[in-house]
Amino acid sequence: MGLGGFFTSKLDSAIGWARKYSIFQYPFVTACCGMEYMATACSHYDIDRFGAGLPRFSPRQADVLFVVGTISHKMAPVLKRVYDQMTEPKWVVAFGVCTCTGGFYDNYATVQGIDTIIPVDVYIPGCPPRPESVIDGLMKLQDKIAAGAQRY
Amino acid sequence: MTGSDIVAALQQRFGSAIVETHDQHGDHTIVVLREALIEALRHGRDAGALAFDMLCDLTAVDYLKFPGREDGPRFEVVYHLYSIRHNHRLRVKVRVEEDDAVVPTAVPLWPIADWLEREVWDMFGIRFEGHPDLRRLLLYEEFVGHPLRKDYPINRRQPLIGPKI
Repeated sequence: MGLGGFFTSKLDSAIGWARKYSIFQYPFVTACCGMEYMATACSHYDIDRFGAGLPRFSPRQADVLFVVGTISHKMAPVLKRVYDQMTEPKWVVAFGVCTCTGGFYDNYATVQGIDTIIPVDVYIPGCPPRPESVIDGLMKLQDKIAAGAQRY
Repeated sequence: MTGSDIVAALQQRFGSAIVETHDQHGDHTIVVLREALIEALRHGRDAGALAFDMLCDLTAVDYLKFPGREDGPRFEVVYHLYSIRHNHRLRVKVRVEEDDAVVPTAVPLWPIADWLEREVWDMFGIRFEGHPDLRRLLLYEEFVGHPLRKDYPINRRQPLIGPKI
């Protein structure tokens, strides 16, 4: 590796380190998982420890899209629009089994996993997931961000 | 009036148009012919002794493969009536065949029937003749079929709507 390559890789890892501790999330909350999301965000579990304490309620200011709760077919175009409005680099977390696979809503109204609509980086299963598993998923996302594994 | 008095009064007025009556734990039900439905509902709303001024619910039942009802009319549309003035109730049912699933609308009698009939159209595919704006209520326009019909496959997937990747 030449000297230029050395500096580029060091710069990438510095940017990745900075990004993983400044996650601005957009919570797309549609259902009961939202309660568990709030529990995780509040002081007892405190996702601010991971630099993800400031939700932005505009997709244009957010890095990570938290899809929290069941997505119906009628809601799918809205989710897609919100994803498209986020600026690069961006990541998506599927929060709860409904967003991962449709969960037990194996019926006419529910999208069978949001990865049929938008790309997903981290899946957090559970109905709803415990705050511990949410934090686990968040740390996995941090590893992914630090490694620079985002799509442009 | 008690429930049986209501049923007796309606039977006296509409005679053979009321094809069946029954009661369960004091809740009385009449089954009327489709031709006499609107007249019976209007009488129930306007007659002073009945005064059913509130349509609590309007829904439908699919009796496909229901034990004992295999060869009868497939659908039943159910009207739950309540009188605020007299504090009494009545259920009115009308039976319709699958290949002629049309019922006259009750919107002129109770405006709430507008959305209830749109829901029944959405879920069961029963049309309401004379309805001012019979569109799907809960599902979207691109949806194919009527999901609360018993022959709607539970694992049928609808096409995703909106922009795709």
